Amino acid sequence: MKLLATIVIFVWGGILFFTSFDFPYWGDGKSPASQHVSPYYIEHAMEDTSVPNIVTAVLADYRGYDTLFETAVIFSAGLACFFLLRVSDRKAPVFRLYRHQSTGVTLRIEKGGRLPENTGEFERIDSVWVPYDLIIVMTCRLVVPFIQLFALYVIVHGHHSPGGGFQGGVIFGAAIILFAISNNLRRSLKRMSERTSALLGSLGVTIYGGTGMLCILLGAGFLNYNALASLPGVDPLTARSLGILIVEIGVGIAVTAVMVWIYYNLSSAGKQDEGL
Amino acid sequence: MESIESLIIAKYNYWAVIVLLMVGLYAMITKKNLVKKIIGMNIFQTAIILFYVSIGAKKGATIPIIMHGPDHSSHAVQAMDYINPLPHVLMLTAIVVSVATLGVALALALNIYSQYGTLEEDEISEKIMKSEPG
Amino acid sequence: MEDHIPAIIVAVPLLAALLVTGLWWFEQRLLFFLSMIAGVISFSASARLLLKILESGTVEYRLGGWAPPFGIVFRIDHLNGLILVIVSLVSLLNLAGTRTIAKKEFGEKLGPFYALYLLFTTGLLGILLTGDAFNLYVLVEIASLTGYALIGLGKGRAPISGLNYVLMGTIGASLYLLGIGYLYLVTGSLNMTDIARILPSILPSNVVLMAFILCLSGLFIKMALFPLHSWLPNAYTYSPSLVSSLVAPLTTKVMIYAMFRITLTVFTYDFAFDSIAVRLPILWLAIVAIIMGSIIALAQKRLKKMLSYIIVAEVGYMVGGFWLGNREGMSGAILHVVNDAVMTLCVFMAAAAIVYKLEDDRFSALSGIFRKMPCTMAVMVVGGLSFIGVPPTCGFFSKWYLLMGGIAAGQFAFVAALIFSSLVNVILFFRLFEIGYFKPYAKEITHSQSHADSYTHSITRAEAPFDLLVPLVMTAVLLLILGLFSGEIVTRVVQFAIPRFIG
Repeated sequence: MKLLATIVIFVWGGILFFTSFDFPYWGDGKSPASQHVSPYYIEHAMEDTSVPNIVTAVLADYRGYDTLFETAVIFSAGLACFFLLRVSDRKAPVFRLYRHQSTGVTLRIEKGGRLPENTGEFERIDSVWVPYDLIIVMTCRLVVPFIQLFALYVIVHGHHSPGGGFQGGVIFGAAIILFAISNNLRRSLKRMSERTSALLGSLGVTIYGGTGMLCILLGAGFLNYNALASLPGVDPLTARSLGILIVEIGVGIAVTAVMVWIYYNLSSAGKQDEGL
Repeated sequence: MESIESLIIAKYNYWAVIVLLMVGLYAMITKKNLVKKIIGMNIFQTAIILFYVSIGAKKGATIPIIMHGPDHSSHAVQAMDYINPLPHVLMLTAIVVSVATLGVALALALNIYSQYGTLEEDEISEKIMKSEPG
Repeated sequence: MEDHIPAIIVAVPLLAALLVTGLWWFEQRLLFFLSMIAGVISFSASARLLLKILESGTVEYRLGGWAPPFGIVFRIDHLNGLILVIVSLVSLLNLAGTRTIAKKEFGEKLGPFYALYLLFTTGLLGILLTGDAFNLYVLVEIASLTGYALIGLGKGRAPISGLNYVLMGTIGASLYLLGIGYLYLVTGSLNMTDIARILPSILPSNVVLMAFILCLSGLFIKMALFPLHSWLPNAYTYSPSLVSSLVAPLTTKVMIYAMFRITLTVFTYDFAFDSIAVRLPILWLAIVAIIMGSIIALAQKRLKKMLSYIIVAEVGYMVGGFWLGNREGMSGAILHVVNDAVMTLCVFMAAAAIVYKLEDDRFSALSGIFRKMPCTMAVMVVGGLSFIGVPPTCGFFSKWYLLMGGIAAGQFAFVAALIFSSLVNVILFFRLFEIGYFKPYAKEITHSQSHADSYTHSITRAEAPFDLLVPLVMTAVLLLILGLFSGEIVTRVVQFAIPRFIG
């Protein structure tokens, strides 16, 4: 098997190598890839869409249909992880571990046994337990709001600086995952339950698809943001910029929610009782 | 054929991509551990992403965000001053797709682990052979 | 609204999938009806679009209002108009049959099942509509991802077969993406007709040849052409029964459509068939696929696995018919895409009914099944006759065109392979029918007289649930209708799907 694989990769690599002699030089401004379509984007993005960040303009306006399906891809990945992994709560884990705070004694309670009262003397722990680390928990608690604020900045400021819905959404999702890692998964589930993240995920993609359908209902084509100019209070010059903003917010919400949803399912292998 | 050194300097990005492609493919074919195969798949997709992004580079050009003058006047925008934005847009999509595929592959790997207790392909084949006679 | 039908075809199932996901956390009873409404809207929109194409020619729909090649466009001509109708119809028929069975198989995950189902349909419809090469990649990936998830939830060997499918399918899609990258490198455009316009000025070029081979190889992996088919039998056999009747008829056919589209619209007939020498190697690959698929199917002892290998052979028919290069061969290939989707739906839905009732699809468990499930097996008979190629079922007509095409092109190996495969199909299906009629005598002899009840029970009816029977019978009727109207379909639709200069 190894010999066959080695032969295949050397033969194929050699063919690709010889084809690369016909490629244009790296960094050549006159290569065919940089003529024809991309100069139009660079020169006309500002006047067509009034968005200086050309990448955002192309992503959300010129090729907005691609981005709609890209958001649908990430949503279906979240859905797929849930579909494949989730074990219902009725088939919950058979035992729970509790630790008495003052003495350090660990209790293992099988299914059907009586759980300790909620007085704070006993804390529920994971199967792989590390002692409570004050430094990590407090640092994360201080840092998470700033990360979330930066994520919101990245989403909304995607028009003028590198950024946009996907980037900001991932950062926001990472902030929530940081909280889930530094504290434990159950605390994070209490703050942002799985139902919330699933609903937010579909809400985000619905904002995107809904904007497209709204443009049809207002008379122009699917995802043609010029139709938004007929809404009251919208300046016709920046209607496209507004459309791009709405769509980017939808994408940000969807990506955040799906990142968290995937983390919940993957880290606990579907049981959602204890994570990393 | 131009001088060899200009050829190497001018095109080594494509060769780096080809090497990465072959590394990823080799990992997918020969490794026995399922997670190593999944990592090989990720390397393969990343190599293609690098290929596209390197297409868009231009010497002496800056990032594709149009710089405003202080009075927001629109001055002529030269296409040669900005790098090609289209490959970046396409690769945003491709990165998201590769992350999604990675998520689904890992979910399936978790299911396999809970079913067979191992992630080595030969051990899994043995267990399948034993449980399905004939 | 009339002008926006192409967008409606793809946007409605997408929004329905999102609505189903949201609604599932609150109210479980409306999910099936929501999905059916979305399927019906999508199907009627595709039918309306096909009628519009028949009267006024190719429809182009600009997304976002941007002209090509700066924006993405839908480009729907006779070829994809016809396949759109069939794909949405197959998806709708299968959805109609899922009501009772899905509740039993997926129970607590009913909402995500319907959502993934609708997203899969959206991906396939999007592949059929688009006129942009990169957009095709994104939609192939969404259809594949939802397919992986749906297949991976079966019991037994489903997860490992699903992971194998993920690895191979991702290589296929990535090869296609690399091919599009090479094309972009030398043309600078992503729109299909625009690339075709630019290509003649840069030919002959190694890069374009390499791009063509990469794109084709990627699509061959996705459509399971021998020898790249190894993911297909395991994936379709071990997946949940209603998932295999959704994925099996549609995935490979839509990838074959993508091959048609890339070859005819992007690279043009002259380049693909005349300038480069790939025609004969691919034809020989198809011939080998037909022969090997049929031979391996003979050795199988499970119903679904036998059917999966028959699909491998059918893929060979369509690929071989297309690469013959003449008008009859291409008509046969396009007609066979339509027919094969419906035939495969028919037999796989019948197999799903059998698995649901008997929990087992090995041939040893299928004895006496004609008594137990007469209606289901009648549908299976119609499907089997269609695979064999008996008139008036539709399978006969597409095979006729393929045979004519093979003879006209002088490729007698292809003709021989077609005849060989038809004979093997006769053996396979008549063996199945024989097993089905054979009564389980051995069991009754050991029963004592007081167990008279169990004697009668062993041959009483245990028919499939009613709401699966209705789509089953409708599919069998559709097979006959397609067969009777084959001539009409060819002269009014398929003929215009093939470029005019092909003789």
